[in-house]
Amino acid sequence: MATERFTKDHEWIRVEGGIATIGITNHAQSQLGDVVFVEVPEVGRKAAQGETVAVVESVKAASDVYAPIAGEVIEVNGDLTGTPALVNEDAEGKAWFFRIRIANPAELDALMDRAAYEAFVKEAS
Amino acid sequence: MSATTGTEPALERTPLYASHVALGAKMVPFAGYEMPVQYPPGILKEHLHTRQHAGLFDVSHMGQAMLVAADRSHATVAAALEALVPADILNLGLGQQRYTQLLNADGGILDDLMVCRSPDAKDDGGLMLIVNAACKHADYAHIAKHLPGGVTLTPMPERALLALQGPQAAEVLAGRVRGAADMGFMTARSSEFDGTIDLHISRSGYTGEDGYELSIPAKDVGVVWAQLLTDPRVQPIGLGARDSLRLEAGLCLYGHDIDETTSPIEAGLAWSIQKRRRAEGGFPGARRIQDELANGPKRRRVGIKPDGRAPAREGTEILALLGDKLGTVTSGGFGPSVNGPVAMGYVKAGYAEPGKPINLMVRGKALSASVAPLPFFPHRYARK
Repeated sequence: MATERFTKDHEWIRVEGGIATIGITNHAQSQLGDVVFVEVPEVGRKAAQGETVAVVESVKAASDVYAPIAGEVIEVNGDLTGTPALVNEDAEGKAWFFRIRIANPAELDALMDRAAYEAFVKEAS
Repeated sequence: MSATTGTEPALERTPLYASHVALGAKMVPFAGYEMPVQYPPGILKEHLHTRQHAGLFDVSHMGQAMLVAADRSHATVAAALEALVPADILNLGLGQQRYTQLLNADGGILDDLMVCRSPDAKDDGGLMLIVNAACKHADYAHIAKHLPGGVTLTPMPERALLALQGPQAAEVLAGRVRGAADMGFMTARSSEFDGTIDLHISRSGYTGEDGYELSIPAKDVGVVWAQLLTDPRVQPIGLGARDSLRLEAGLCLYGHDIDETTSPIEAGLAWSIQKRRRAEGGFPGARRIQDELANGPKRRRVGIKPDGRAPAREGTEILALLGDKLGTVTSGGFGPSVNGPVAMGYVKAGYAEPGKPINLMVRGKALSASVAPLPFFPHRYARK
């Protein structure tokens, strides 16, 4: 079974066999409102943890999406470019942003599991 | 997302605050008020609903004031205001409304406002002013300071303001506000809602659509708001969609597209300065404005259409293709009816021609765009 992790920047990470699939959480999309533009990174890009690698824009504002862990981008979700509203429809499923080959699995340890993330969201609101 | 700290002054609320909360609105600080930025359907749907049906906006945060001449003469009150604004106020007919700007001595814009000559002959010698919420206290002080004897400014905080905008606004009000359907764009009258609530209604707005603004005693506004929302054609619309609607309509937002450094000519508002005032001057900054009218301004507000899908937000640098800096985006985002990014900004003279290719610096990358004619979405005013 895949391991699920979350960041304080409202990203989700699903880890399977050394590969992390990354997107923004359902809470994040509901805060952003109608998503009208998504920019995903280029395949092959090597990102450090915390680096801005993608952008999501709603009618209201632009938000950066960070690499929650270091690694190389191996695949991006091209559907988001043509159908950014997918982020509102299925943020934690079909609207994944990119996949990276994990450089340092230990970085995952500092991230939250779902229960911790939900508590974090509740506390912040 | 900003948090309110204990040191900031308490935010004001409009009389409809509780209704907004009950409707599930997301409330945000705006111009000193807690205002609904969106309701549960969200900005995109609210925007499209307004363009298709009718959107109801609470704009009670805006400043409403009466400027009144003690001698009840229109000429007296018009002359007093004409000393501060470049529009022809003297030639307004009863119940005629006009858009203008309060100017500083350099011809910069202190605020933009609507001016309406009282609709009824018995109230003549009065002008109703509607000014921006964020500027209202400064505006009132500025106006009061410059008034001649015999003319007084009276703010009307006891009045609320609603806007009903969209192609079905006229049908919605037809059965409820006497005379509403027969009004022409930029005219006003005194009437009643459902025959019982007195109001001042103008056919105007800030969306590019046909529609009305209703000035209603604060104590009665809740009834009008609730009654209008029972109409299936009407949905409540927040400030988010108000902004995207006015941007598509090419209308200026004070503090963004116009401010104390921009003149009405630079801002493309020369249409709001009538012939007599252009010739005679007699308003603050007349020298600069007459010079810009004759010789062209150094920079000009233009529409900007990015070629791609990425919105260019306020503050984005505008560059010529060879890299010279031309100016800055002053409003920008996604236009739901245009179904793409739209923006406005200032460019150097010589680059203001629609079709001119330009670049926008978005996140360190030059994105191609072009100067576009305004509005992005055609105005649909009820001109009679």
